[in-house]
Formats: sequence, C-alpha cells, structure tokens
Amino acid sequence: MITIDGVSQTFKGRSGPVEAIRDINLTVGEGEFLTVIGRSGCGKSTLLRMVAGLLKPTAGAVQVAGETVRGPRRDVAMVFQKPALLPWRSVEDNVMLPVEIFGWRKSEHRANADRLLEMTGLTAFRKRLPHELSGGMQQRVSLCRALIQNPKVMLLDEPFSALDALTREELAVELQRIHMELGTTMIFVTHSIQEAVLLADRVAVLSSRPGQLRRLVEIPIPRPRSFGHNAHLDQVANISAELHSLLLSDAHLPRTQTA
Amino acid sequence: MTDIVAGSRGSRVWVNAALPILGAVITIGAWWGATAAFHIDPFYLPSPVDVIDSFMRTPQYLLQETWTTLQRVLIGFVIAVAGGLAIAVTLAASSVVERMAMPVLAAVNAIPKVALAPLLLVWMGFGDSPKIVMVVLLSFFPVIVSTMAGLTSTPADLRELARSLKASWWQTFVKVRLTWALPQVFVGLKVATPLAIIGAVIGEVVNPDHGLGSVIAGSGASNDTPLAFAALVLLALLGVVLFYLVAGIERVLVPWARTINS
Repeated sequence: MITIDGVSQTFKGRSGPVEAIRDINLTVGEGEFLTVIGRSGCGKSTLLRMVAGLLKPTAGAVQVAGETVRGPRRDVAMVFQKPALLPWRSVEDNVMLPVEIFGWRKSEHRANADRLLEMTGLTAFRKRLPHELSGGMQQRVSLCRALIQNPKVMLLDEPFSALDALTREELAVELQRIHMELGTTMIFVTHSIQEAVLLADRVAVLSSRPGQLRRLVEIPIPRPRSFGHNAHLDQVANISAELHSLLLSDAHLPRTQTA
Repeated sequence: MTDIVAGSRGSRVWVNAALPILGAVITIGAWWGATAAFHIDPFYLPSPVDVIDSFMRTPQYLLQETWTTLQRVLIGFVIAVAGGLAIAVTLAASSVVERMAMPVLAAVNAIPKVALAPLLLVWMGFGDSPKIVMVVLLSFFPVIVSTMAGLTSTPADLRELARSLKASWWQTFVKVRLTWALPQVFVGLKVATPLAIIGAVIGEVVNPDHGLGSVIAGSGASNDTPLAFAALVLLALLGVVLFYLVAGIERVLVPWARTINS
C-alpha cells in the first residue's frame, strides 16, 4: 500500500542545513498498522508529512497505492496532534468539512457521518461546538473527520499526546477497534512505547538526528489487545523492554543538540 | 468563564443592568454637585438641569438634528466597513499589493482629517456628502488593520488541515480564514464606531448645515452653552447605543469567540 523508498529530508536551517531524515526504506502492507516511534525531534513527524504529501522529500520518493505522492490525496487522511477543529462549527459540521471541500454530495455522506459519530460515542454531542467538549472528545471528532474521507490510508501524528493518560489509553483502544473494523492502513507516529505495543503490527524505531530506521520490531500479539491484565503480559513486557533499550541506547550517540 | 460568586441568572441580569446605571447616576451627580457647590456660571459649565431645560425647550428640533447626524454616521460607517473589508481582503490575498498599498493607506490615515474639511467643502460644497466622506475617512483604517490582523492569524494547525484536504485558496479563505478573522474584525468595528461619530461632527462643525455638529457650531455663536451641552449629551448617547449595537451583533454572529479566547 505504501512504499517509502530511500527518503531523506534536509531543511535549510539558519546555521546551515539540518538533516532531519536519512535514507528511510519501508513498506507498509494493505491493512497494516505501522507505528513509528522515536525520541522527540527525530524527524518522525517529518517522515509522516512526506507520506501525506505535505512535504517533498529531498531525496527518494513515497508511493501510495502504486502512485508516487506529489501532494495531498483524498484517499489519505491525516489526524494531527491538535484536533484542529473549526471553533464555529458543530461537531457534525466539523466532521462534514472534507465532504464539503471535496465537493461531494452532503446527502450521500450524512449517513456515514452519523455512523462514525455513533461509533465514537459522539451522537449526543453532534450539535455541540468544539469548546464544549473535552480534549478526548475533540480528538474523536477529528478521527471522525478523517474517517469520513473513506481513506485507504490514515496518517496519525501523535494524535493522543496532548491528552491525559487515561483518555489516551481509552482512545488508543478505540483506535484499535476502528482499525479492526475498517481495516484501514495506518501509520501512527508516537513516542509512547505503550501505545506502540498496543496498536502496531510492526514498530519502526527511528534514531535521532538524523532520523534513520534503527530497527523494525514485529508485534505478534493477537488482537484485540488491551492495557492492564491480559494473557500476553510477558510478551508485552519483552517487547516494551526491547523498544525501551532501542530508544534509550540512542542517548550515548554523539549529538550536537538535544531537543 | 463563569463567576463562582454570581447568584441566580435573574439576579445577575439585574446586576448587569444596575451597575452601568449606577455609574451614570454617580457621574451626573458629581457633575451637578460641582456646578452647585462652586456656583459655576452656566455659560462656562451648565448643570445637568440646565442641559435638560435646554433640551426640553426644543426637543423636536434636537431629535431631528440627532437623526440627521445618525444618518450620516450610519451611511459613512457602512461604506467604511464595506470598503475596509474589501481592501483588507485584497491586501491579505496578495503580499505584493499589501506592500504597495499599506504605506499609502497609513499615510492617508495619518493626515489630520480636520485639515481636509475645508478641502471637502471646496470639492463637494454643502450638504451630506462632505460629512459622509469625513465619517469614512476617520473610520475605515481600524477596519482594515483589524481585518488584516484577523486574516493573517489563522492558526498553523487549521492551515495544515486545509492543505491536507487540498482545499483551494478560495475554500480555505471562505471556510477557515474569514470566519477565524471575525472576532478581530469586530475589534476594529468597535474602535471605528466612535470615530465615525467624530467624523460626522467634524464635518458639521467645520461646514455647518444640519446635524448636532451644526447645533454646537451655532450655539457657540449665540453663547448658548447649555444647548451645546445638550448636543454633546445626545452625541454621547448615540455613541453608547451604536457601540453596544455592534457588540450585540458580535455576540450573535461569533458566539464561539468569547469562549475560545477566554
């Protein structure tokens, strides 16, 4: 579904070029859930923006569904760290925004919006304005807004990182349910090992500055997975420990700057 | 957002109405007290009673003049707002135009408008037009500046969202930037309201025919200070009413702004 082929990104900084991403090669299969994990400032968001077509790679190319990415695509939906809701639009109208922008018939997508709101438990809040909702609910709205595009691919850029710990877990479990139900290919950027282990088929661990693919870790735990007590605690602990050491071993690498 | 000590809704409404009235009563009382205590000659500073007397002598006439001024203010204000918004949108759409036009607009705004009044007389003669032009000249600039500030303050996350949806420039403008700018636009409108009234009065004082400015100019000639004060009070009331009207429209049009900015 997605091929990331020798992708690099170098920004022009004030004090010379800054290499954010170096030569990343990855393929993501159809329906796969790939989590990209790395320390802050390792370029994982940059990588995602290149897949989204929001940023042109300095070298290499990204392909989605066999086509080289040259700009944002309608079948690729993005979920940001902030909910990015329009404060004057009700929940339901925020969800319908992509439909309006794409010039699709609203009447044909109403039912889909209703279903998504139902699925995320927002039906009772459909007429509310964003500021009347909690942060977790706002992020659910932004998930619905991405899903209304019927995307083949969803790109999630640390979508839960601004939420409190319990809400994060709740939403992560919900995202797993959505993924199991819809089978959408997902790339999920995070710095939380816990989220990565809960959600991913594979975890791509990036090293810092420049971001390079350090290791791909398979997570063969059957779904649905859950936080807390379950039958796979040993496996979860092993994988978490492995990810931990991969991320932390980065610390002794020579770096010019710490983010 | 909500005040913990505020009581029931009913009593809060009562307090909201009572406090401004109390403020006005205290101000008028102090004015009255000063004129009575220091035996000030009404020629220099008339007491509130003198002013009301003066108004009651010719209420019809003064209300007629108020209406004339109000019409000029409203027509000029609408032109200034429409023109200001159009100019701001044009400037926000093109940075080339903005860099070309902004110094010129700032220069026009910096010209003392009183100095233009005799010129307007030469160009347009008597009647409404020079007064309306004066209203426009005084009130258009805050509308432009505040609208531009609003249009350029779209948050990065919303811009990124629009990009990721491949929204066209026009879609982004209408669906995101313009609405986002509205609270700021209203800041400009609130600044422009009293300026519009000042503009009308400048036009009328310099080039008197009708309107409250002309009443003030005429009362000076006839040494009728209480009449001038009656006209000033009417102008002040006009200003208050228009200001709260704009604020009321804001509350209806952008109810979301009060909550996200607090």
